[in-house]
Amino acid sequence: MGKEIRTKKWEGEIPVHYLYTYGLAGEKFFREIKDRGTFVATKCSKCNVTYVPPRIYCERCFAELGNYKDVGTKGTVETYTVCHESADGKKLSKPEIIAAVRLDGTDGGLVHRLSVADPSKVNIGMKVEAVFAEPAKRTGSINDILHFRPI
Amino acid sequence: MLDNAKIKGKGLKSSDIKDGSVLTQSCNPKLQYAWDTGQAVGQYLDGLKDGKLVGKKCNGCNRIMIPPRMFCELCFKETGDWVELKDTGTVNTFSICYVNWDASRLPPGAKPHLPAVVEIDGASEGMGILHVLGEVDPKEIKIGMKVKAVWKPANERTGAITDIKYFKPYGG
Amino acid sequence: MRRVAIVGAGITKFMRRAQETGKELSYEASKMALDSCGLTLKDIDMVTLGTAPDAFDGVHMKGEWLSDGAGGWRKPYIRNYVGGGTGVFAPIHGFFHVASGMADSCLVVCEEKMSSCHPHPQGAFKTIFDHTLEQPLNPTLIWIFALEMNRYMHTYGLTKKDIALVSVKNKRNALDHPSAQIPENLTVEDVLNSETLAWPVNRLDISPASDGAAAVVLMSEEKARKITDRPVWISGVGWNIDTAYWATKELCYPRYVEKAARQAYEMAGIKEPHKEIQVAEPYDPFSYKELHHMEGLLLCKKGEAPKLLADGVTQRTGNLPICPSGGALGVGNPIAATGLMKIIEIFLQLRGEAGKRQVPGNPKVGLAQAWGDLMQVGTVVVMKS
Repeated sequence: MGKEIRTKKWEGEIPVHYLYTYGLAGEKFFREIKDRGTFVATKCSKCNVTYVPPRIYCERCFAELGNYKDVGTKGTVETYTVCHESADGKKLSKPEIIAAVRLDGTDGGLVHRLSVADPSKVNIGMKVEAVFAEPAKRTGSINDILHFRPI
Repeated sequence: MLDNAKIKGKGLKSSDIKDGSVLTQSCNPKLQYAWDTGQAVGQYLDGLKDGKLVGKKCNGCNRIMIPPRMFCELCFKETGDWVELKDTGTVNTFSICYVNWDASRLPPGAKPHLPAVVEIDGASEGMGILHVLGEVDPKEIKIGMKVKAVWKPANERTGAITDIKYFKPYGG
Repeated sequence: MRRVAIVGAGITKFMRRAQETGKELSYEASKMALDSCGLTLKDIDMVTLGTAPDAFDGVHMKGEWLSDGAGGWRKPYIRNYVGGGTGVFAPIHGFFHVASGMADSCLVVCEEKMSSCHPHPQGAFKTIFDHTLEQPLNPTLIWIFALEMNRYMHTYGLTKKDIALVSVKNKRNALDHPSAQIPENLTVEDVLNSETLAWPVNRLDISPASDGAAAVVLMSEEKARKITDRPVWISGVGWNIDTAYWATKELCYPRYVEKAARQAYEMAGIKEPHKEIQVAEPYDPFSYKELHHMEGLLLCKKGEAPKLLADGVTQRTGNLPICPSGGALGVGNPIAATGLMKIIEIFLQLRGEAGKRQVPGNPKVGLAQAWGDLMQVGTVVVMKS
């Protein structure tokens, strides 16, 4: 032996797929998005932290949180990026702008699309609000939010 | 201490998910791989394509190993010569299986799968490989039984463990 | 090396599918553990979290994702993972943190949410087999257990009836465990008549896939004595791994469990485990495994475990109670959380706080053991009160 190997590789896959529950807090968060087109948060009054997406616990002091408060749908662009490629590396026909939006009056926010075509019109600190799909089309998903638009 | 009243956990029925009383999100990742076979397994697969089982010898502990390895995990040094083994062996253990990898059941009346660990003749004692048995009534399978590989015809072999279709009992 | 005690414990229900996310399950168990000994997150120096493959929950870098629910926020935090051995390795990992003097307190959390994995969590195990030489044969996880069980039965001349008694005992014991997923009163016939999945394994020989979490609080001796008058000491730890070439091993005996056990016994000063261990929780994902592991733990001679079982020695009222909790078979098997559930059971037994599950005789020395991977890993913890 010691000759050149003919069978150099073996191909295969991991053939499982996933179904995630949203959890106790996530269930409330996405129900409110689906049914009322708004965002809810939970607050730890000891640490003075308002969590969006909401949680049943404060990560800092471990207090149990349970009071879900409507925090509206407006926020500020904390940071953003302009994507030219899709998740699997293909070139996008037009660039997509993704932003981390801090929701007003909270310590949390969401990463989502911005409905701005021209990257030069985006800046950190700009005011935005969520735009939702029509109620009949919502399924209780992050994509029930179509994007955030400047206000 | 484990106070029943304090133990949490909201169990769901599968109907809760199906009827949408609980929201869910699905994800179908495409996890595809191309693994390098490496030197040892590469030669092993080439051997299978040629209708042979090959092992490798460790000059430290004198074990003849299948599948072959470039290093001995006991002596922690490089292994030595390639050794051509027989394509016969002994059944170390077996099972009669009625389920698939995803827990789904075989259709009623379908022939069960017969996985087995077969100790290959020519390799050191206890050197088994996972494979399947065939051409045998499940009730007749015995631990210790002698079996022989049934190969695919040469033009159908690709360099895979499935170049051996199964092991079947033989007089030997 | 400093002495380390377990001072508190928490656990969730073990369920086939939980609504809670893995983070929320981790929180429920961790909070309960802290509350049980009157501590807050501020009192915890370090956190270690054990959880089995990312492929179950379907979250990459699962340890990091779970960290905020496990009290890991801005703390020294690490995930540990040795397959099914994780639940007993996690407290060993925590033990290192405190025994070394680097921390006075460590929260140990174990979590699993297998229900996310479709079509069935069993499917995630397809890739435990060698991708080139074994997966093309379309194996299922059950093959490994069936092959090992058959070899064990053959070596010692056992019947399925001899082994079915484990399922009967454990599922009945689990009727008294508040977290139990499928406790029930079974007969041997029920087990033998249940669906044959891969002979010799029947459906009632197997523990269920589960979601759940558990947690314990570890403390240095000095701090432990300030908050409890009944600390339970981790007196011996052991962990060992065997070759991944599983088909080249003697499948009838888990040598890697013996090696891990010897390491733990030496540390704990145990010379005759079959006499000195008073209560034990070996890992029982499949019925025969309890017997296999009892032998590997040197609690009896090779091949002798079925006789102890048949003679009632391993019942709660017997001389060597085994799996008084109900084990994985009865309580459930959210992989990593199961091992920690067993640690918690011994902790409670040694404190006399196991309620209806309490074994008589005031036990002072117990052990928990877990097993993992492709018949590879043994993890053992010996505890003393």
